[in-house]
Amino acid sequence: MGRLIASLWKGVTYRGREGHYAFILHRAAGLGVLAFLILHVFDIFLVTFGEEVFNEFLQLYTHPIARIAEVGLIFGVVYHAFNGLRIIIIDFWPKTTVYERQMWRMVMLITLILTAIAGYFTLAPIFE
Amino acid sequence: MRGKVNRMGFRQKPIGGRFEIYSWYFMRLSGAVLLLIAVAHLMLMHVVIRVENIDFGTVEARWLGPWGPFWRLYDLSLLVFALLHGFNGLRWVIDDYIQRPGWNIIIKGLALLLLIIVILMGAYAIFSFRG
Repeated sequence: MGRLIASLWKGVTYRGREGHYAFILHRAAGLGVLAFLILHVFDIFLVTFGEEVFNEFLQLYTHPIARIAEVGLIFGVVYHAFNGLRIIIIDFWPKTTVYERQMWRMVMLITLILTAIAGYFTLAPIFE
Repeated sequence: MRGKVNRMGFRQKPIGGRFEIYSWYFMRLSGAVLLLIAVAHLMLMHVVIRVENIDFGTVEARWLGPWGPFWRLYDLSLLVFALLHGFNGLRWVIDDYIQRPGWNIIIKGLALLLLIIVILMGAYAIFSFRG
């Protein structure tokens, strides 16, 4: 346990600027999306128990806290997807490594724009 | 032997170990596929259909409508690519932080068990649905 905490602490406090933040965020987003993905398979599995059970469970997602978490999910999916594309570009065309910071800023810009759009439609029903 | 994470934060292409080479390529291939199909799914559900409109009827329209076979295949692709990509990523994370050999194997074994259960549940839901 001590070793686990030590290696996690080292991972967070290592100061590597954008590349390091990109890595931490990529990993955290990946784990978060995986956690939701498992929950999502469970909720879809409930269709096999019929309409009432399924709709009842979906009510859980309409809670304001669930909707806010959902915006976090949107951010996580979009960030992980576009930062993953940045990793693919750098891996297969190593010369692009010199632009990795600019590409990361582009990833953040795309992520914030798409999260704002999808997040708006996700949160809007709370205020109706 | 798995490649280390370099100073830039990138996982370098691993040397040796056929499985790890395939795993490395698989993450990039499935990642590119998921960039298209998972982001499209996310935007379809949150921007086009919108979450407040989703209920049992949405699933019926998707899987039983004229495009049913297409959507079942689409959802199966999402299920398989996302889960294999996600659990392979989890395996890398476990290897990075859980270094005691015993715990490492136990936790990876539990993750594999969970992966099998979740894939079977998802595939069962997709193919058994009759409304």
